[in-house]
Amino acid sequence: MAVINLNVNGKKQTVDVDPKTPVLWVLRDHLNLVGTKFGCGIAQCGACTIHLDGTAVRSCQLPVSVVGEKAITTIEGLSERGDHPVQQAWLEHDVPQCGYCQAGQIMSAAALLKANPTPSDEQIESAMNGNLCRCGTYVRIKAAIKTAATAKS
Amino acid sequence: MEKIKTSQTRRSFLKSSLLASGGLMISFSGLSKYTSDSGTTPLLAEEWSEITGYIKITPDNVIKILNPNPEFGQNVMTSLPMMVAEELDVDWKKVIVEMGPHDNAKLGPQFTGGSNSIRMYWRPLREAGAAARQMLRDAAAQTWGVPVEEVTTKAAMLYHAKSGKSATYGEVASKAASLEIPKGVALKDVKKLSVVGTSQKNVEGLKIVTGKPLFAMDYQFDGMLVAMIEHPPAFGKKLKSFDATETLKMPGIKDVYSFKLYEDGFEQAGFDTRTFNDLLVVVGNTTWEVMNARKKLKVQWEPISDTKDTMAGRGGKREVIVPAGLESTPAQLAKMAEFATMPAQQLRKDGDPETAFKNAAQILERTYTAPFLAHNCMEPMNFFAHVTEEKALLVGPLQAPGWSEPTLAKLLNLPPEKIEIQMTRMGGGFGLRAYSHYMYEAALISRKVKAPIKLVYSREDDMTYGIYRPMYTATYRAALDANKNLIAFHVKGGGIPEHPIHANRFPAGAVDNYLAEGWTIPSNITIGAFRAPRSNFNAAAEQSFLDELAELMGKDPIDFRLELLKRAKEKPVGERNEYDADRYAGVLKLVKEKSGWNNPENKKYSRGVAAYFCHASYAAHVVDMIIKDGQPYVEQVFSAMDCGVVINPDAAINMVQGAVVDGIGNAFYGALTHKKGTPEQNNFNRYRMIRLREAPKRIDVSFVENEIDPTGLGEPPFPPVFAAVANALYKSTGKRVYNQPFINEWKLNSEKINKM
Repeated sequence: MAVINLNVNGKKQTVDVDPKTPVLWVLRDHLNLVGTKFGCGIAQCGACTIHLDGTAVRSCQLPVSVVGEKAITTIEGLSERGDHPVQQAWLEHDVPQCGYCQAGQIMSAAALLKANPTPSDEQIESAMNGNLCRCGTYVRIKAAIKTAATAKS
Repeated sequence: MEKIKTSQTRRSFLKSSLLASGGLMISFSGLSKYTSDSGTTPLLAEEWSEITGYIKITPDNVIKILNPNPEFGQNVMTSLPMMVAEELDVDWKKVIVEMGPHDNAKLGPQFTGGSNSIRMYWRPLREAGAAARQMLRDAAAQTWGVPVEEVTTKAAMLYHAKSGKSATYGEVASKAASLEIPKGVALKDVKKLSVVGTSQKNVEGLKIVTGKPLFAMDYQFDGMLVAMIEHPPAFGKKLKSFDATETLKMPGIKDVYSFKLYEDGFEQAGFDTRTFNDLLVVVGNTTWEVMNARKKLKVQWEPISDTKDTMAGRGGKREVIVPAGLESTPAQLAKMAEFATMPAQQLRKDGDPETAFKNAAQILERTYTAPFLAHNCMEPMNFFAHVTEEKALLVGPLQAPGWSEPTLAKLLNLPPEKIEIQMTRMGGGFGLRAYSHYMYEAALISRKVKAPIKLVYSREDDMTYGIYRPMYTATYRAALDANKNLIAFHVKGGGIPEHPIHANRFPAGAVDNYLAEGWTIPSNITIGAFRAPRSNFNAAAEQSFLDELAELMGKDPIDFRLELLKRAKEKPVGERNEYDADRYAGVLKLVKEKSGWNNPENKKYSRGVAAYFCHASYAAHVVDMIIKDGQPYVEQVFSAMDCGVVINPDAAINMVQGAVVDGIGNAFYGALTHKKGTPEQNNFNRYRMIRLREAPKRIDVSFVENEIDPTGLGEPPFPPVFAAVANALYKSTGKRVYNQPFINEWKLNSEKINKM
């Protein structure tokens, strides 16, 4: 076990955990931030996507010990009131069906638009291909990302 | 805890607690409430008057509608309350929607399955809204001393024009709640609906996009432990012995033990499953600690013998033998091919198919196969349980809690009224969550360790636990006379361990001489409902076969189907035909028009068409395929649906689009194969799921407009996608595909073509 300091959604947090614990389980089991989802545990589905200094990463494969000073942003910290352009576009297109994968989808999309405010279709496909949606809402995900890109630029 | 005034008969234990509390009471809740437009309303004094089981109103006119049915992404949380709001006459945007308690006596059947949610609640929920509106009008009439006929409503207000009096629903709600619930209140004309038929946003949209806890996986409880189960690595194996010494030394671990799901001779109900009965469980403080500690288990497994299961659901008590053996996919395929040649059970026969085939000028015969499929819900199976000697609280994702509660009561030896099951939003279901072994397991673990626990399946646990879509095959034969007229049709289908045949569906009824047969091979690999059970294979096979048959007959595939449907309509063969030929033809005509079927501009695509009837609805698709980066890619799809009255059009479009993507994915890639009983795919690195890059750019969905009571929507658009894809693949390569997943056969075909 080790005491580890984290910066999560702009707030300092201290946890006492096995340093190998993936950030996903620190968030979910220790910090009660359950918006980040467990889907596969092997970085194949993207449900656990968070931002590390603004870059999308799979938190299920990220040991908490390597985070250091880097800022963690989760779906709960993406915006104050659900008014991030990506969240707004998701609501406008009424994307979710079951909703379980959507936090991860939104985090991937937000990181994409931050790095590339006007992505091409190919760039959207490439950035989002790691996020599975079992309900098959991909058509709406693509449309929502385009809406969010227009709103931002 | 909110307090409720009601005239409704509720479950006895609730009733007594209400009596003890003296009826109407006021309490305050710190939770802000979500309205249907996903905004919030401020802190409320919670004095709710309950008017029918589905509606609650506060004195300051806040209106809450309870959704009775489990939500797994099909939009019932929004669409069902819309039906109540329609007749209640309230502003939908101001309604609060809440998940109802599990209480079948009060809220109806409460199950999600068989594309039934909308159709089974269509009448009861509108009646509840209409009855409540009547009660509010009665209460106002009595208060004002005016005839009830003169009391009108608009948007949660009551008016008496002659006297100029008005009141909110809330002002008379307490009085209305004390009135008897009227029966037989007239419902609105379907042509005059104002909420139903309008696109309304998902009431939980804001919670979903902001990551609020909605799923059982997110559920927290004071002192809650985490449990994970180690099940056998292969079907046909069971626990022999284990050594948990090293596991118990790991940090955070509380207990390791083995338990039986069912005792010998336990009578299982219709939706109970017994994939693995001797289970090894690890209980600890946190998920990661338990996951990690599991790796230190030393377990010995041994082969099972033939095992006897006692089933006591519908169809009466019977014994079922689950065979021993470690099955492998190639051997399963060989066994299916062998069974396909043997005599089978006759399911339907019209005319004299034997003679017709004997006299045929030409016979087309084709055999189709499909593998087991795993449901792969994004939220792995999990359940919260807090079981004591006196009572049990279960919280989790279930499609049909009422089907499982009796078994749970038996397993826990508790009366049903001491069991509370709370329904959470499900991270997918697709049929799998109609089976509730994971709830039983969680309950038994909680009782044994005397603590609240959450049972969590890893993705590997989830994917290798069985209850799969069965493995299927079917051989289709068509007999043509010398003029290429279809004179006989024969389908013989089988599967492991059930056959797929729906004997009374199209083209039954359209062919004079018809024969349908089925056979089965028992297995220890467990199976269950998977989005449009059996239909999802039948449509794939039959609609590919009809495409090939149309080509052989020199006919356009849509025109050929329309000809058969015309025959079924005008001069139907047999009397048990399940489908309505007009509605079936309707979706084909609509998709023909919307897709520009004969438009030369669409020649750049390899086009495939297919249609199907199931769950009382009709669906047809045209898929447009291209080759992209050397792979077949469905770029656009036109879908036509007839599901009667559409409640929430944009959400319905979302459902159909999702079904199309799901269909393309499973048709191309879906497969769960076995090697010596062990599933060869246990996570998404090996189980190929459709990804965003492979999803169409455009899925254009049209609905046949009519006033027919709603029929199914979640499942019907799924089955025909498989065949539309297969038929487009044929156009793309000139070679037909018969075996799912199609991408494997397509690759073989492409290699052959390249070598030529």
